[in-house]
Amino acid sequence: MMLSLDERILLAVQNGLPICSRPYQAIADELLISEAQLLERLQALRQQGVIKRWGVIVKHRPLGYKANAMIVVNVPDERVVELGKKLSAEPVVNLCYQRPRQGERWPYNLYCMIHGKDRAMVEAHWQRLQQQCGLGDFMSEILFSRRCFKQRGAWYPGGQALHG
Amino acid sequence: MLTALEKQLLNDYQQEFPLTERPFLQIAQALSTREEVVIKAYQQFADQQIISRIGPVITPNHLGASALVAMAVNEEDLETVADLVSSYPNVNHNYERENAVNLWFVLMAEDESRLLNLVAEIEQRSGYTAMRLPMLADFYINLGFQLEWNDA
Repeated sequence: MMLSLDERILLAVQNGLPICSRPYQAIADELLISEAQLLERLQALRQQGVIKRWGVIVKHRPLGYKANAMIVVNVPDERVVELGKKLSAEPVVNLCYQRPRQGERWPYNLYCMIHGKDRAMVEAHWQRLQQQCGLGDFMSEILFSRRCFKQRGAWYPGGQALHG
Repeated sequence: MLTALEKQLLNDYQQEFPLTERPFLQIAQALSTREEVVIKAYQQFADQQIISRIGPVITPNHLGASALVAMAVNEEDLETVADLVSSYPNVNHNYERENAVNLWFVLMAEDESRLLNLVAEIEQRSGYTAMRLPMLADFYINLGFQLEWNDA
C-alpha cells in the first residue's frame, strides 16, 4: 500500500514526539524530509481538521481521574444534533457522538464521555447535565469503566502499531 | 504534588503545542523558565505515565475505517474474549464497562469491508455477537480536558 506524505507523517507522529530540544527535526530525519516541510504539513493538517488537537495528551487515570463513564442516551433522531451540541459544550463532557441504534436491544443514539475523580462526581455531573440540557425524559445509562484491557494510540492502515 | 509550573505544562498545552523548531524553548520563554527545565518535566510526566504522549488526536475516519464495537460477554468468558480482542493490532481502547454489554473497544481497518470482516472474525472466534457502532456525527467542540486541581 502506497502511503502519501501526509499519511507517513501521521504514522510517524501518532505515538508522540520525542521529548528533546528539536523534536520535529528528529521526526523529519526519520521521514527524510526537512524540518520546515514537516512543520508546514503538520500546520496544514491541523488547519484542515485532520489533526483535531495537537498537544499534551494527559492520561486520566494516574492523575486521580478514576471514574471514566460512557453515557448513552436514546433521544429522538430529529433532536440528536441539537442535544449533542448542547452536551458537548459542557466542560465536563469530552467526546460526544451520534452512533446507530441497535434495535430494541440497544436503542441508544447519543454517546458522550465524562471523566471524574470518583463515581459520585460523575453521577452528579450527569444529573446536572440532564437538567441543563433537557435530557431528563430520555432513557439513558451510565457505563462506568471497570478494567482497561488495552489502551494505546491509534493504529493506522498501511502501518503497524509503532512501539509495540 | 505538582508544582505551579508542572500544572501549567499539563493544562496549557493540550490544545496547541507549539509547531515551531524548538517548542520546549518557546514554552519555557512563555513561562519564564529554561528549556532544560521544561524538557525534564515532560520527560518525567512521560516516565511516570502522567501523559501518554505529546502529539496528535486524529479525527476518526480520516485514514481508513473505524468503529466502536461492543459485546455482551458472560463474566466467566470475559477475560478470554478480552485477550482475544486485544491480540488484534487493529484494536485500541479495549475496556470492560459495567453493563450487560460489558466489552467495549475501538477497531480500525483499511476500509469498511475489511472492518466488517474483522468484526465477523471476532464474533466467530469468540462465539459472541458484536454490535458495530461507527460514529455518525461528532458533536465535540474542541474544549480539551481541563484538569480540576484540588489542592485543599
